[in-house]
Amino acid sequence: MALNQGLPRADRAGLLLGDDLVADEVIPGISPYRLAARRLRRDRTALGFGCLFLLIVAACLLAPVYSHDVAGIGPNVNNVTGTIQVNGRSVNVVSLQGIPIGPTWHARYFFGADTLGRDVAVRLLYGGRTSLAIGFMAAAITMIFGVAVGLVAGYYRGVVDGVLARLLDIIWAYPAVLLGVAIGTSLALGGLKIGPLTIQGNSIFIPAFLIGFVYIPYVAKPIRGQVLALREREFVDAARGLACGNVRIMVREILPNLSSTIVVFFPLIVAGAILLEASLSFLGAGVQPPNASWGTMIQEGLPLLTTSPQLVLVPGGMLVLTVLGINVFGEGVRDALDPKSTIRLGR
Amino acid sequence: MTRFIVRRTMQMVAVLFCTSVFTFLIFQVIPNGNPALRLAGQTATPQTIAAIERQWGFNKPIYVQYLDTMQKVLTGSVISYSQQINVLAEIRRGLPATISLAGGAAVIWLLAGVALGTLSALRAGRFSDRALAVLSLVGISTPSFVLATALLYLLAYKVHVFPLSGYVPLTQSPWQWFLHLVLPWFCLSFIYVGFYSRVLRSNMLDTLREDYVRTATAKGLSRRRVIVGHVLRASLIPLISLWGLDFAGVIGGGAILVEVVFNLNGVGQYAAESIQTLDVPPVLVIVMYGAFLVVVLSAIIDVLYVVLDPRVRLNA
Repeated sequence: MALNQGLPRADRAGLLLGDDLVADEVIPGISPYRLAARRLRRDRTALGFGCLFLLIVAACLLAPVYSHDVAGIGPNVNNVTGTIQVNGRSVNVVSLQGIPIGPTWHARYFFGADTLGRDVAVRLLYGGRTSLAIGFMAAAITMIFGVAVGLVAGYYRGVVDGVLARLLDIIWAYPAVLLGVAIGTSLALGGLKIGPLTIQGNSIFIPAFLIGFVYIPYVAKPIRGQVLALREREFVDAARGLACGNVRIMVREILPNLSSTIVVFFPLIVAGAILLEASLSFLGAGVQPPNASWGTMIQEGLPLLTTSPQLVLVPGGMLVLTVLGINVFGEGVRDALDPKSTIRLGR
Repeated sequence: MTRFIVRRTMQMVAVLFCTSVFTFLIFQVIPNGNPALRLAGQTATPQTIAAIERQWGFNKPIYVQYLDTMQKVLTGSVISYSQQINVLAEIRRGLPATISLAGGAAVIWLLAGVALGTLSALRAGRFSDRALAVLSLVGISTPSFVLATALLYLLAYKVHVFPLSGYVPLTQSPWQWFLHLVLPWFCLSFIYVGFYSRVLRSNMLDTLREDYVRTATAKGLSRRRVIVGHVLRASLIPLISLWGLDFAGVIGGGAILVEVVFNLNGVGQYAAESIQTLDVPPVLVIVMYGAFLVVVLSAIIDVLYVVLDPRVRLNA
């Protein structure tokens, strides 16, 4: 691995700049992760966006506090006939023509209301919890299965590899949105039942599960490639010479060598999963009522785009900020751990 | 060469078969519940369910069901349950809009990606290069439908630069066709422009270090001819194969999101409307055709790749 070469590149705080400017100077006696941490610390842009993401996560986690103590209204409380005081005047939350109030920039209805008189800001934070939870769950599923499949396929090669690679090719043949739509529509109708485990059709585990599934080949393919190279290395021969079993070699010898790849992939997959969740929910094949996510909020608000743009633009903006936060931070992690950017998600 | 084409075609047929089985399984055999219930959607009466059970033959063995389904899909005799309309006729009606959208966007993102990628490779490390890096990160972080809603609101509703939405056939009015598609094209290609320029940039930086590029310069070719005729030409090949796959992906998937926002009434919007009413037959047919398209196109690209790149031909 090229981890011990190259000076910290933070002076440029670059995002995706290539390796062409890196000096080939060897720094002795520092572990790869410490070196990476040092590089990342100097990458102000990446850290800034990482903090932005953490702030958004914290805000979403504090949704009940905001709902209870600031806005004073729950995420699913309708208030069609209510009125609120804005600048000393009494205003209908939803006008007689059915148009909800726009942003008040006050504690109550900060971002305005939707057609049922629900507080957009409160729903935004609660929807964010759903989106983030699905993003992280799906990414965890993708990483666990993607690494397992890649490890087994690359290690055993031959027939096992052939079968697994064909299976991945089938998933690969579908555009991600289309496969998500297919499985999402099918599962939303009847839920899922695997042995004793039953998942309701409107559970958020369904989109998490299917998004995690859709992304498996994107991780499994590059992992498989790395394992193919790693299994020829001397330390694997040595382990085999010590009579280690296959499972032990895979888990104790090869897996640790994949750790930096896993660390680099994880944020990118979280970002992709959040985007796919939003797309599927926007189409109605993702998160199902009564749960809300940013995608479903955009879907519900779209018919009212011209009169109440906040219903679409607020969750949309939040979605972009969140994903941008993870992506820029993830690129920083990648630059820090893998300056020559040899690690790439499969495509 | 012929051997390669034959082998690739056989492989394609095998994958086509597998995707058809997989799609069939997703919709018909996912555990739990009566498949007739899924097909009938949320507002089904017991009579429709019984009719569907008979029509799709769910009491028959599974391979018979598969063959029946495939026969229906391939002969185009699938009927949607919510509207009782022939699905294939609906798809054919929406096809011009979807092809206009995806085709135009694909041309735009390829041209813009090549232009920006070349620029950024020649100016690696300078301001424009870094600006492009930012653009590509914003691009991959912005879902097309969010960008679409924002632009629709700002440029069509607030400032009346573009028409609000809808699709005008090319044959009816080329100018209106173009005007109605500018924003959708932009939204759909936005993600890819940044990504393609980054890929081309790194390809070109690698190629620039090749010996033959130095040779070309040494024998006195102008900078422009070296870049266009030697560097760009060699760097474009991987991009073209990527492009074919993404084009198929957009036609079969990504276009759905943009069509819905701009109300283009294409195949994607038909799929989206069917999903919202949980009307499964159209979704099944569209998913199957979409996957078929990707599989066939990727086989064609593999063959083209061999034609374009002699190095691959030797290994194949």
